[in-house]
Amino acid sequence: MSARETVLVANGQGFWGDSIIAPVRLVREGPLHYLTLDYLAEVTMSIMQKLRSRAPDAGYATDFVKLIDRIGPELVQKNIKVVANAGGVNPRACMSAVLAVLRKHGLHGVKVAIVEGDDILGSLDQLLAQGHSLANMDTGAPLAPFRAQVTSANVYLGAFPIAEALAQGAQIVITGRGTDPGLVLGPLIHEFGWKPTDYDLLAAGTVAGHIVECGAQCTGGNYTDWRSVPDMARIGYPIVAARRDGTFHITKHAQTGGLINVSTVKHQLAYEMGDPRAYIGPDVSADFTTARVEQDGPDRVKISGVKGQAPTPTYKVSMSYSAGWKALGELTISGPDALAKSQLCARLVWERLAFDGYHYAAHERLEEHVGSGVCHAGIDGGTSHEPVEVVLRLGVKGPDRAKVDRFGMELVPLVTSGPPGVTGFAGGRPKASEIIGFWPALLAKSTISTKVEVVAS
Amino acid sequence: MIVPLSRIACARSGDKGEGSNVGVLARSPAAYAWLERELTAERVRAHMSGINLGGVKRYASAELQLLNFILEDSLGGGGSASLKTDAQGKTHGLAVLRMLVDVPQEVLDQTEAGT
Repeated sequence: MSARETVLVANGQGFWGDSIIAPVRLVREGPLHYLTLDYLAEVTMSIMQKLRSRAPDAGYATDFVKLIDRIGPELVQKNIKVVANAGGVNPRACMSAVLAVLRKHGLHGVKVAIVEGDDILGSLDQLLAQGHSLANMDTGAPLAPFRAQVTSANVYLGAFPIAEALAQGAQIVITGRGTDPGLVLGPLIHEFGWKPTDYDLLAAGTVAGHIVECGAQCTGGNYTDWRSVPDMARIGYPIVAARRDGTFHITKHAQTGGLINVSTVKHQLAYEMGDPRAYIGPDVSADFTTARVEQDGPDRVKISGVKGQAPTPTYKVSMSYSAGWKALGELTISGPDALAKSQLCARLVWERLAFDGYHYAAHERLEEHVGSGVCHAGIDGGTSHEPVEVVLRLGVKGPDRAKVDRFGMELVPLVTSGPPGVTGFAGGRPKASEIIGFWPALLAKSTISTKVEVVAS
Repeated sequence: MIVPLSRIACARSGDKGEGSNVGVLARSPAAYAWLERELTAERVRAHMSGINLGGVKRYASAELQLLNFILEDSLGGGGSASLKTDAQGKTHGLAVLRMLVDVPQEVLDQTEAGT
């Protein structure tokens, strides 16, 4: 437990592919105790598992190692702790790479920790044999018939192993699959000595983590009233300023761009929300509706009053499985009559494929005329305003890879064998890529044991 | 007075399995009271029927002054199975905000417009 009144936890990465400069700016532009980084999405785990199957030391977020290479010395000098789920499906290899980078900078004795136990791909057969059905949470289907197609399987671990790693003196904590809010909750548990039964406090930390887990989405990014957001180019990433009693502020460094007000924070509270009264995590079930959200100065919002209840006896499991093939291609059709010509082009593709014996069912086929209102189909009148140009997006999917590839060969010929004004085909023939299906399930917590390991550079 | 829903509400949306969620945030207490009464799950289902093939479920929170709508089949398969441009439902919030609604003047008077 620390003596700090207020603990500052920032999130510098909302997903793998988010701004690479955001975490650097968080470390350089103001005070900070913890930097959290979220690299994992459902599809990411499957991609990482595939990389690992080809190379035993792959399967983690390589961006993270580059980041530590860039800011490692400053982290140590300023004693900023880092918590990142960069480990993917191979936290151990990620730790080795980070230790090597620290040593390269002459930083010795820096403790790096990994949290393991989330990866259950290797024990799936055993779990099924023991009677755990791992049924799909959405459809109810049992996993067994799909077992051979599973490409990754991880439970969403909670925040206590992260707190344990910090208690062992880790400067950098690398996890595999855990909940996103847990990256913030872990440091708060460690700093304030919150217990597994402190449900209101754990719920408060979970709400804090949820608000910052998508980075700039709570500081003015993706905000309805976007015109009111100042200096979006230098948008500040969010910082949780948390206190022992579970109250906290959402802030950002001074002199950064963006906007934090009650509305930007509530926008993010609502993101990916289900039942706002039961946000179920591994450590607590949080009631978002109990959060009192108040403006408390410029770019400073206070959250208090959060209540929580005991968690369920199960972990959520995130599995991915091979679910067929897809291909997508685009052509740009200029005016005049862009939409009519785009519709003709689509018809030509489907008819020419049919002529060669290739038929695609309606649910296996996509036809979009981008510019005529595809995102808001049926709402903005679609064809009522003639677009001056249209991007034709055609795609197919299905279990037969060759059939999906055959589709890809029928787009480019349109440039010379369709109506005039067809252009913009730069990528060659679209090729079949694998569809990664997502299989959410529940698994008894008693089947999982987590392990924390700390190594000094 | 007929206005777009964006006059009295904000929104954010994102993916949720094979569907999406749309959080609709009232711009004032008067706006919330009107939304809570008028913006039913059925009305959102009808408005979004060109996008969402499934049902719509609504959660209401007077405490947070928001309505949360779950569009159960709005992503063309969801995740990496979707071929759609908006495979993650990022624009569904704005789609809901384009709904034209007949809001009493007194509600508008008590509700500051956005930017």
